Amino acid sequence: MATLAAGPDRDPERWTISVRGVPDIPEGYLDAASTEPLHPAAREVLLAALDDGWADPARLYGAARRARLLLDNAREVVAAVLGARPDEVSFTASGTQAVHLGVLGTALARRRVGPRVVVSAVEHSSVLHAATTHAASGGDVTQVPVDRYGRVDADRFAAALGDTTALACLQAANHEVGTLQPVAAVADACAGHGVPLLVDAAQVVGRLPVPAGWTLLAASAHKFGGPAGVGFLAVRHGTRWRSPLPQDERGSGRVAGFEDVPGVLAAAAALRARTEGAASLAASQATLVDRIRAQVPDLVPDVEVVGHPEERLPHLVTFSCLYVDGEALLLELDKEGFAVSSGSSCTASTLRPSHVLEAMGVLTHGNVRVSLARTTTAAEVDRFLTVLPGVVQRLRSTAGVDRL
Amino acid sequence: MLDCRGMRCPLPVIELARHIAEVDIGSTVAVVADDPAAAADVPAWCRLRDHEYAGAGIPVDGAPSYLVRRSH
Repeated sequence: MATLAAGPDRDPERWTISVRGVPDIPEGYLDAASTEPLHPAAREVLLAALDDGWADPARLYGAARRARLLLDNAREVVAAVLGARPDEVSFTASGTQAVHLGVLGTALARRRVGPRVVVSAVEHSSVLHAATTHAASGGDVTQVPVDRYGRVDADRFAAALGDTTALACLQAANHEVGTLQPVAAVADACAGHGVPLLVDAAQVVGRLPVPAGWTLLAASAHKFGGPAGVGFLAVRHGTRWRSPLPQDERGSGRVAGFEDVPGVLAAAAALRARTEGAASLAASQATLVDRIRAQVPDLVPDVEVVGHPEERLPHLVTFSCLYVDGEALLLELDKEGFAVSSGSSCTASTLRPSHVLEAMGVLTHGNVRVSLARTTTAAEVDRFLTVLPGVVQRLRSTAGVDRL
Repeated sequence: MLDCRGMRCPLPVIELARHIAEVDIGSTVAVVADDPAAAADVPAWCRLRDHEYAGAGIPVDGAPSYLVRRSH
């Protein structure tokens, strides 16, 4: 039986527990940017915490104090990774909820400053939807365009900031094409204007160092092997923020409702495990991604590899195959045992192409996003590179476009 | 004019590739397409195939059109 540390020493070391019988990530799973299966460390802690961390952390009896202690342990671990103080960190039900609360709560609290929210054109849909809600209640939203690589220009972003800017939002890295954004330079500009900066760090937390300079930070646990249903919202001390939802005394007044103590603990355990090995995993993943980036254009005719060639996430690569239906490509790759995602419109419930690919001005059809899981091997990548050319060739041939 | 109304991606771009040789070099074809993906894909195709994207044309019954000048 696994045990959890909640003694006076609150030593997170004791969270490291031997793991038995944990299923592997399926071979060919190349969609880590959507989600990763639970990390073994998170699984053990989750199971133990279901028995040990069930009580109401807001109460005063023993079991409740234990739940509170577990929650605070997790908060310390998460805060250290995010570069925050523990009392700046709240746990949400998702990364999306963290973004919604961060955007709307800051815009609401700074309404007297002005109506403007500045975002990049390639933010995650949670940011853009929150901005739309802000606009619907009388705010205005400025979108900063990106270059062909999907990267914003820091000077151009800075030029969009003004005296009436309530909030700026910039992702740490793009979730569809892997391009890193110039967060440090934009953070400097925001600081110069006294504008809070919300950084959506969902794609970097647990993988790369969290960029400094944020005022609010949002992330999601299931992206790095924590459980789904846990997000992080960090808000720097002194930031004006007011809940856009009804008041609630839980979640430090930021996030309404009873905390998922086991889920949060499991998220912290996964984060701790992933952060420890992050640098070496990133280096080996970057090598494999480089191999895909270099070989796909040689192996497959008429392919556009998109995203920044150097300033990029280590585990994610995206390319578009001319004249190929994105949905058909995904289904054929699935038959070959590969799970990937796509920004093509035919794969979207909205039937609109990815706003990221549109903003970059690159091909939106025949799009494939490959994102390596923590267990992805060189052999899997090589098999993908072996299978892909034939799949694309077959689809083009069937559609009669192989000679266009 | 290339009427691609009702076609979903990647069909409008495929139609464009099939028919671009039917206009003279230096001449323009208007791709009429109601699939929203065409707004990104037609200019991207021009870039990949070294033709000139000449901007948006006049909409046809509410469907946007995209002007492509054959360069070679």
